[in-house]
Formats: sequence, structure tokens, C-alpha cells
Amino acid sequence: MDALTTATALWGAVVASGLYHGINPGMGWPLAVSAALMDRTPGALFRALVALALGHLVAMVAVLFPFAVLMFLVDWQRQIQIGAACLVIGLGIYLLINRRHPRFLARVPPSRLALWSFLAAMAHGAGLMLVPIYLGICQTLDSDAGHAAAATLMQGNLAVAASVAVAHTLAMTLAGGALALGVYHWLGLKFLSRSWFNLDVVWALSLILVGGLSLLLPH
Amino acid sequence: MNLRPDPTFHATPKLAMEAPPETLAFTLMLSPDGAQPDGLAVVDVNPASETYGQIVHQVIMPNTGDEFHHFGWNACSSSLSPLSGHAFLERRYLIIPGIRSSRIYIIDVKEPLKAKIHKIIEPEEVFAKTGYSRPHTIHCGPEGIYVSTLGGGGADGMDGPPGIFIMDCETFEILGRYEMDRGKQDKHYDFWWNLPRDYMVSSEWGLPPQFENGIVAEDLLANKYGHSIHFWNLRQRKNVQTIDLGANHQMALEIRPAHDPSRDYGFCGVVVDTTNLQGAIFTWWQKDDGSFEAKKTLTIDPRPEDAANLPPLLQGFGAVPPLITDIDLSLDDKYLYVSCWGLGEMHQYDVSDPMHPKLAGKVALGGIGRGTTHPNGKPFVFGPQMVEISRDGKRVYWTNSLYSTWDEQFYPGEEGGQMVMAHVGENGGLTLDKDFYVEFPKGYRSHQIRLEGGDCSTDSFCYPSV
Repeated sequence: MDALTTATALWGAVVASGLYHGINPGMGWPLAVSAALMDRTPGALFRALVALALGHLVAMVAVLFPFAVLMFLVDWQRQIQIGAACLVIGLGIYLLINRRHPRFLARVPPSRLALWSFLAAMAHGAGLMLVPIYLGICQTLDSDAGHAAAATLMQGNLAVAASVAVAHTLAMTLAGGALALGVYHWLGLKFLSRSWFNLDVVWALSLILVGGLSLLLPH
Repeated sequence: MNLRPDPTFHATPKLAMEAPPETLAFTLMLSPDGAQPDGLAVVDVNPASETYGQIVHQVIMPNTGDEFHHFGWNACSSSLSPLSGHAFLERRYLIIPGIRSSRIYIIDVKEPLKAKIHKIIEPEEVFAKTGYSRPHTIHCGPEGIYVSTLGGGGADGMDGPPGIFIMDCETFEILGRYEMDRGKQDKHYDFWWNLPRDYMVSSEWGLPPQFENGIVAEDLLANKYGHSIHFWNLRQRKNVQTIDLGANHQMALEIRPAHDPSRDYGFCGVVVDTTNLQGAIFTWWQKDDGSFEAKKTLTIDPRPEDAANLPPLLQGFGAVPPLITDIDLSLDDKYLYVSCWGLGEMHQYDVSDPMHPKLAGKVALGGIGRGTTHPNGKPFVFGPQMVEISRDGKRVYWTNSLYSTWDEQFYPGEEGGQMVMAHVGENGGLTLDKDFYVEFPKGYRSHQIRLEGGDCSTDSFCYPSV
């Protein structure tokens, strides 16, 4: 695969994981429905979606930026990637073994949706899931990175990290928002209990899968 | 852990009303003198069944002297809350506290006809981990299972105030106290909440020396029982407001918030007004600025009675007080059922306008100085007490025992346990079902009822009915 195709595939993965996070009720779209129903106005639904998106975005940025800064150490790229992959796999295994939901999430008041969204994304490793994909993108873009000036390189990595976070959050918000709107206007709340699958195991396995792929794929 | 939400979890009260009707009820069996262990009776409430109206299974506990009072589910419709992420719990276990022993039983009712003890939490663990005693009301909530207690530490439960503790909803480990700042709260009874609005309300009965050996008449006449309700920031675990209903309004017991969380009001039943023996219902509501108010919206008068027909405790008054010992609100928030344990009446009020309850139906059964028999001709001892409404609002079940030592003071010499059911008319009205009459085994009284699939006095919802 040439670099361009790989890059396209990786950006596709950023968007696809965003859609996946958005559809997962555990990432918050039912909260937007609840907000709209409590306030009896669809405006509340959009305000809730913005808060959820903001929290998710901050979580992505908080996880990706340290790696963006680390990528400045070009000589250690492969090691960083292996380390990140191990982290993602480790979290996946942890979530697989410890299937209990973090109690602190239930303590966040329903009025503080952005904080809840941030904590939910952190606790579920939503940001960490993006790291291997992001590191892959960096590799395809920075083929001559070793020659670039350190400052430019770092700026470039930060810009890529920001773009990855924004693209992912946009995809998540569109998918979750579409579901929330659908339930609010047409599908009704019965859809909530009918559509809600326990994604815990799938989620943990997808973390392991993403980490595993980034370990195995040739570089 | 399920792959799909438990079929008894409903997003809204309206969806819960549309669910299939109950076929089984779980009713507590109480041995008033501790001669035999307390138990849980599984009652067939399916009219199409051959064993309709019969106890089809019993779980008898291994200890005596627990005194079962109130109990609840490990999980309810609130588990579908997107905030707490517990949607895959099963509604499978009944949590039964012994109010006298402070022992807690976890009963697995997945196969109701083979219901069995899953775990026993010994009193020492409750004391050590919470500093509380005499566990009472159970609600499944955001952080697990919440248990209110009526006593503090020490042998007489007076070492510190009572409060709420939290249990893990999967392992049933006691996690610790709920309160971060209890403000003026120093007595406890019931509690409930509005989950999206993030507040809790708690009420007050009395401290252990005021109830364990019977009602203390001097304390009652000196207005020393509980008469306040407390509002809490649910997730911050702080008392944000205390409303004193008036010192004469003795024993503010059951808390019933509107089931639809978009509604901003609820009810509290007060057992007796010491100035006139009336029973009262208060409506409380949340204002736009987030603070709360409460107002007396209903009173029920005492009935004059010849002193010869009264227990010693009441002879000086020449009247039977209504004694509102339980209230329950239908899932559509339309009807409030009020147990008048002293009068021997079950009242049904239309509370569509929560500030102006209107009497919609009434049934007489049992009662001090009256003892109205059941339509089938059999006796009903004591009066209507713990009441539970079917989810669809069409059937109302109730039992008759209040609390062992109090039963004895208000109904001396009476014995027995019954569970009955009344049908609700299309536009209100109550009619006792002649064929539904459960007689409890000899030596047992009957207490609170839980219905297979969820109840009107336990389930809380995170989404408004639409």
C-alpha cells in the first residue's frame, strides 16, 4: 500500500471509530434525548449534543497531545508506537476482566454533560483507541520528518492530533445526534431499551484489536 | 450481566404501564414474637392460574427476631439511566432488611418458585461499615443500592444520627455512608428522588427508643416524633433544605415523588396531627430557583368512637385517628392511595391536580372499633397498611400489619395476616375482589408487597412519559 492509500484508510478509521462511539449509547446520545424531553424543547437536545461533543473532544485532545509531543523523538517512533499499542491492549484486557462500570460517572450531575462526556471517554479508553491510528497517520505524513526542523515537526504533529480529534468528534456527534433526533422525533423511547446492546465486551475487544493491528502491521 | 437490558426496565412510567401485568407477588411474612423466623411468601396473582390467590412458595430465613419491614429490588428502571451505565443488571434480587436485627438478606428470585437466599449480610458488618443500624427502605439508584436506616450506632441506636448507606449493586458489599453533609437531619424513615433533577427527599419516623417497644405516648403528645422532610442534592450528597411541616404533624413517613421526572412535585403522608388527630397529606414541589416548598393539601378526620371500643392508648380521646401509615402513587401520577390503618379504610384520591386531591374511591376493611369483614365474610385484622399498585394501575394490593409492637397497642389481642386486592374503576373507584384473599400461615403477619417486574413504590425513571 502506498502512503496515500494508507493515509486515506487511517483517516477512514478515525471517522469510523467516531461513528462507532456516537452510536454507542454509553457515550451519551440518550442523555441528549433526556435533556430535550425534560425541557420539552428540541433546542435542549442540540445544547446537550454540543456539551457531549465538547467533553469528548477534550478527552481526545488530552490523550493525543502527549503522543504528538512524544513523536518529536522521531528516532523512537517505533518504540512509542509499540508502547502505545501495549497501553491500548492493556486497557482492553483490563476492561474485559473488570466489567464493572466506574461508579464516579454516576456521581456527575445530569446538568454537567461536558464533564460526564469527558470522564466517560477517558474511562472507556475512547481517546486511547485513537492513538495507534493517529501514530499511523503521522508515519505516512512524515516520511521526511527526520530532516524537518524540530519546531516544525512538533507543530505538524500537534496539528494532525487536533485534526484527528476534531474529525473523530464530528463523526461521533453526527452519528449520536442522528440517533438522538430520531428517537426524540420518530422512534420513541421504546427504541432506547430495544436498541441498547451491551457493548462492553465488543468495546474491550475493539481496543485489543486496534492495539494488535498497530503492533502487527508492517512499518 | 445481560447483553440486552432486562425486559422489566422501562425508560418511562408510561412504557412500564404498558408492560405485561404481574403474575406473582412477593410479600414479607413477619413472626411478631420472634417464635419462628421471618420469611418471604411468593403469592400467585395470575387470575388464570389454578393457584390464584395462594402462597405458592416460601423462603424461610435461618434466624429469628429479624422483624421484616420494608424491602426492595437490586435493580429497577433507573438502571437504564445513561449516566450510570448499569443497563445490563438483572432485576433478580430482593434486598430484605431486618429492622430489629439489622441483618440483611439478599434473595435470588430469578426462578420465583425456587426463590432462595443468595447472601446474608450480618449486623456486625452493617455496624462496622456504616455506623448505622436498623436498615429500612431500599432503592436502586445511581451509585448502587441505597438503604435508609432508622438507628445510629450503639446498642440502642442512639450513638449518632441514622442515615443512608450504599451497597454495591452486583456484589452486595456495603460501600459506606451516603451523607457528606446532613444539615439538620437527625431522624430517618423513607427517602426517594428525582434522578434527572438530581434531588432526593427524606422523611422522619422516630429514633429507636421511640418505636422499638411500641409508640411512646408521652413523646407523641410532646411532639417529639419526626415532623420534617429533608431535601438533598442527590449527587453532591448534601442536605440543601429542611422543611418543618409543623411540630404537631407527627411522623412524616412515606415519600412519593411523581413518577414522571419532568414533574416537579411529590407527596408525603403524615400519620397524625396531635392537635386534632387528623391524618394529612403534604404536597411538596420544586420552584424555578431550585428550592422547595411544602403545603398541607389533604386532611382526613378522626372518627368518634365509644371509649369501650378503643384500645387503652386511645381511650382518653374517644375517637379513632385515621393513622396514615402508607401512601402509594400510580405510575400515571393520577391516583394517590392512602392507607388509613386506624379507621380501617383505603382511600383513593385523584391527584391530577397535586395541590387539590379529590376523593375518588374508598373501601372499608378492618379498623379500630369496627373490624369490617372482607366481602367473602372472612376477617381482616388490623387495618389496610402496606399498599402496592399494579403497574397498569388497575389493581391495588394491600396487607395489614404495621410493626409488631404497634399492632399490639392499637389492635390488642388481634392476630393474623391477610393480603387482599381491589379493582380500580375506569374513572376511579375501588372495589374489593371477593376471590382474592390470602391468609398467611398461623403465627405470621403480612407486611410489604413487591410485584414481579417492578412496583409503583420502588421503580424510578430517568425519562419523562411522552
